[in-house]
Amino acid sequence: MANEIGYEYDAVKGFALSSLFWAIVGLLVGILISIQLVYPQFNLTSWLTYGRLRPIHTNALIYGFTVPAAFSLFFYLVQRLGRVPLAYPGLARFTLYIFNIAIVLAALSLFAGMSQSKEYSELEWPLDIGVVILWVLFSINIIATIMKRKEEQMYVSLWYILATVVGVAIVYIGNNIAVPVSLFKSYSAYAGANDANVQWWFGHNAVAFVFTTIPLAVFYYILPKSSGAPLYSHRLSIVGFWSLVFAYLWTGAHHLVYTPLPDWIQTVAIAFSIFLIAPSWASVINGYGTLNGQWEQMRSNYLVKFIVLGITFYGLQTIQGPSQAIRAFSALIHYTDWVPGHVHMGTMGWVTMTVSAGFYYMLPRIYNTEIYSIKLANLHFWLVLVGQLIYSVTMWITGIRQGAMWQAVDTDGGLVYANFIQTLTPNYPFWNMRTLGGVIFFAGFLVFVYNILQTIRNAPAAQRA
Amino acid sequence: MSIDKKPVTFMLLAVLAIMVGTLLTTFIPLFVGTVVPDTDKVIPYKPLEVEGRDIYIREGCNNCHSQIVRPLPFETARYGPPSTLAESAIDRPHLWGSKRTGPDLARVGRKYPAAWHYQHMKNPQSIYPQSNMPAYAWLADAKLDRRYAEKKMKVLGYPYTTDDIKVLEGKTEMDALVAYLMRLGRELKP
Ligand code: HEM
Ligand code: HEM
Repeated sequence: MANEIGYEYDAVKGFALSSLFWAIVGLLVGILISIQLVYPQFNLTSWLTYGRLRPIHTNALIYGFTVPAAFSLFFYLVQRLGRVPLAYPGLARFTLYIFNIAIVLAALSLFAGMSQSKEYSELEWPLDIGVVILWVLFSINIIATIMKRKEEQMYVSLWYILATVVGVAIVYIGNNIAVPVSLFKSYSAYAGANDANVQWWFGHNAVAFVFTTIPLAVFYYILPKSSGAPLYSHRLSIVGFWSLVFAYLWTGAHHLVYTPLPDWIQTVAIAFSIFLIAPSWASVINGYGTLNGQWEQMRSNYLVKFIVLGITFYGLQTIQGPSQAIRAFSALIHYTDWVPGHVHMGTMGWVTMTVSAGFYYMLPRIYNTEIYSIKLANLHFWLVLVGQLIYSVTMWITGIRQGAMWQAVDTDGGLVYANFIQTLTPNYPFWNMRTLGGVIFFAGFLVFVYNILQTIRNAPAAQRA
Repeated sequence: MSIDKKPVTFMLLAVLAIMVGTLLTTFIPLFVGTVVPDTDKVIPYKPLEVEGRDIYIREGCNNCHSQIVRPLPFETARYGPPSTLAESAIDRPHLWGSKRTGPDLARVGRKYPAAWHYQHMKNPQSIYPQSNMPAYAWLADAKLDRRYAEKKMKVLGYPYTTDDIKVLEGKTEMDALVAYLMRLGRELKP
């Protein structure tokens, strides 16, 4: 595998390893907060209380795991798909250092309780500025490399990369406009219902441009590459892309169903949420179509297994999500544990599976070696699959149960479970199961990291640097 | 013709596609006043309540508690009348929440006396042995940081007097938090 073109892989490697490191941190915190929900005595000190740790879990896995995984994979994809080296390798390495410093500061600030309180926008304003600078540095490299590509036509993955570049910038800046009081404290520029509306426009599009377009860019590249089959339909991917990028931005208010936010905004959001099934399934159908007649690869090719299960959970996720937007269903499951069940099918099933497939495909290639162990990759696959299923299924069950108990009224219209505690304690066995699922998932992730590290260790010395 | 050969045009079109829904459902409503509640009806926060709210934010209480009552019969039976736009009109940021690991708090200030909150915050299990809420006993020992109190009022644009600020002297973080909790459900002028 000669590298005549002069591909630059330092930052690709660095971001991949950073991503794995911060994932381990984020997952450990996930297990801890899951335990705390049943055993409050595990809230050991102020900075280890659930309320401070939950944002550390979400931020570590969004900004510490998924985003650097994207930096790594995107720096690889723009080079391979354009058949040119990275435009500014030095800048990419610099971005890597700044990134890791920023994540450490982010974690410390959240431990200290410095928070804007808006979900996934918790980081205070100086760190927001840092995030924006990082994003600009990353985008410059991506755009400049695409501009000087040798391959005239941009493949689907590059579209999703460009959408990620602009999408994240718009929603992140839009939601973080705030007025500082001190270096560590600011107040949102928006108030009340407006603030909520902006927040969930951001929240849902963090899902769109971090948990959807990032894995989709990887999916569209890895599936044909690993299976050797050409993409099923180019036209379907065009229609799917543009309708997805157009429709996602209308749907944020499905998080605000039955709030005082004006009804028309809620209704528009619900309608567009249902419409989103179409562009989402365009990718699912493209995936299944590509493998048409090749399904035996599900047994023989571990990469195909990861990618197909990933896109399958994406398919389930994008039917479940729109259903949750519907008023009658929202009334039952909103505020319950059903929602973390939804979230983790997407993050543990779709995002992590797809990123894993990307790393398994890419890292042996750039280290000029073979994967250390396919057996371990299969073990990784089964552990994360089982862990995720235990997590999601238990949360769906207990979510519906709790929603139903909140709703239960007797014949005089009085609440059957008037004391909230009566509806809380039945969660405990399910939350314990969730912890078990999380531990199994985490074990699978450690197998993954071990497999990757061994692969790197076996690489020819010249590649290891 | 094919835009997948022109990255700059492609990006501009993507921005355009993104901005349509963004503007129509999120940012235009801000400015044309579709979502403007009647702020005259709201009692402004006192400095002590602002500090308490900031502690609520710092501790991430919103990760487990919502502050919004939906107009559904079983919900109003539990928490009181549906929330209105006015109740959170001056809240920056909003604290509506998205998960009820614990109960909704939109009207909790009308449910219990302050003494109940002092005990509950110190040791939730002394009231509900099966509760999973963390104990916040250390808030009672932490002296309130008053350095930014006045600046906060200015940034938030709430009216205040120097006497209001003086109240903070000698207060603990627990005092501030309980003052904030006691306000919940009393946002509007009678
Ligand atoms: C067609 C696509 C989708 C739609 C319409 C959709 C819809 C929804 C709705 C309505 C909620 C709010 C539930 C509630 O609080 O009552 C939600 C929550 C969420 N969804 Fe989805 N979903 C979709 C796809 C995805 C995907 C692919 C992911 C990937 C991981 C995802 C991740 C999340 C997350 C993280 C939340 C939690 C937000 C929070 O409350 O903090 N969703 N989704
Ligand atoms: C060991 C595996 C994991 C465990 C045990 C775990 C545990 C948890 C827990 C306990 C919560 C809080 C639920 C609540 O509010 O009641 C949570 C929320 C969340 N987790 Fe995880 N998690 C895991 C893996 C992941 C992964 C891999 C990701 C992302 C890549 C992720 C992203 C999130 C997000 C976005 C939320 C917020 C959900 C919401 O707002 O409804 N988690 N997780």
